[in-house]
Amino acid sequence: MKFADEFRDPAAARALVMSITDLTGRDEFKFMEVCGGHTHTIYRHGIEHLLPPGIELVHGPGCPVCVIPMGRVDDAIWLAGQPDVIFTTFGDMMRVPGSNGSLLEAKARGSDVRFVYSPLDALKVAVDNPGKHVVYFAVGFETTAPSTAVTLTRARELGVANFSVFCNHVTIVPPIKAILDSPDLRLDGFLGPGHVSTVVGNRPYRFVPEVYGKPIVVAGFEPLDILQSVYMLLSQIRAGRCEVENQYARVVREEGNPQALALLAEVFELRPHFEWRGLGFISQSALKLNERYGDFDAESRYQMPGLRVADPKACQCGEVLKGVIKPWECKVFGTACTPETPIGTCMVSPEGACAAYYNFGRLHRETAALVGQAPGG
Amino acid sequence: MCLGIPGQVVEITDPGAHLAKVDVNGIRRTISVRLLAAEGLAIGDWVLVHVGFAMAKIDQHEADLTLEAVRSMGQVYTDELDAFRSSTV
Repeated sequence: MKFADEFRDPAAARALVMSITDLTGRDEFKFMEVCGGHTHTIYRHGIEHLLPPGIELVHGPGCPVCVIPMGRVDDAIWLAGQPDVIFTTFGDMMRVPGSNGSLLEAKARGSDVRFVYSPLDALKVAVDNPGKHVVYFAVGFETTAPSTAVTLTRARELGVANFSVFCNHVTIVPPIKAILDSPDLRLDGFLGPGHVSTVVGNRPYRFVPEVYGKPIVVAGFEPLDILQSVYMLLSQIRAGRCEVENQYARVVREEGNPQALALLAEVFELRPHFEWRGLGFISQSALKLNERYGDFDAESRYQMPGLRVADPKACQCGEVLKGVIKPWECKVFGTACTPETPIGTCMVSPEGACAAYYNFGRLHRETAALVGQAPGG
Repeated sequence: MCLGIPGQVVEITDPGAHLAKVDVNGIRRTISVRLLAAEGLAIGDWVLVHVGFAMAKIDQHEADLTLEAVRSMGQVYTDELDAFRSSTV
């Protein structure tokens, strides 16, 4: 185990792995890391190979790029193709395949698609181009939704009339609930998302222990944070406790960020239902602009096709997002589907389980096989 | 996507619009500090920056830890820095 290369504090990492191994004993535990940032850290640092064989880490749906269904990407490309529209988006979304190519390909065909770092950059494009209509492709969980909310309040203050938002913000609790309700997977606990929790706090996760009887530990993004959080989950289980714990208390507060939550309430309302890639329709799982901000809603301004499009047959992103299969168990992984030519969303985003495993995880797995270490996941 | 990258506040550029200039690895850009308006940010404070917004106030130690963790992500880190550099707010 090459702790020295991977960990800031190798001695602490070694001690945590020993404690985890002791607590695991001969039993088997399956923990889901909800957040794609955690998946990236786990594969990047080969953490699954440090854990005893009884611990399996299952990757969850917390990759906002990955969960956008193909029909919404098609709508985005349709919007980008409308006359006098400048379509603005985060770089991650440019390469997500729709049923007829990606936004990047739409740009090559002549649509005015521009990459932006921040929604405030998108608003600036609108201010600088009064003769055009600027649409911002809003994606992301509660981490990102407040940035859209602030941008919309600013657009209203400034009276920017040529700006609208194609809103695809999603919320973190409904997919966790959907996974707990699914018969496909039996989990023993969760690593809770870190940055989402800076906004929502720890309270929204209480239903996980209270209704489903599973522990959840909100976790940071360092390799040591992941080990510490696995240790905290096992400690709860062995002590007969079941609660929400916060390993990332140095950043995440119990109550989250009340100002950000107030801004979300000011601008958004819950959609009755929203389609998630792999998870299907989940009720009250996404945000739309409320009536007060209706003038800025691209979905009311434009009659988009809004078609539901099935994922490509070969692609198993849905199974990967539910944690039912591992990336390498997908039939097209690493052959037809690579980060250069992605078929599914999980291969596009660096937080997607397939891209993280393709870039890092498989090397760790091959090394582990060579030195005869049993993979833990 | 949910990446948070540490930045240090170097200037409060527009208090009314909640805009501040932060330094991320030597690159200085303007971001919104609206979500931390109640925290009373001052020059020298460290914040986690996500898509051009300060998400959380952090201490110097946490900033160092996070920067190290994000740097180890390689391409993801350089892509994030390139994106930050492109911002013209």
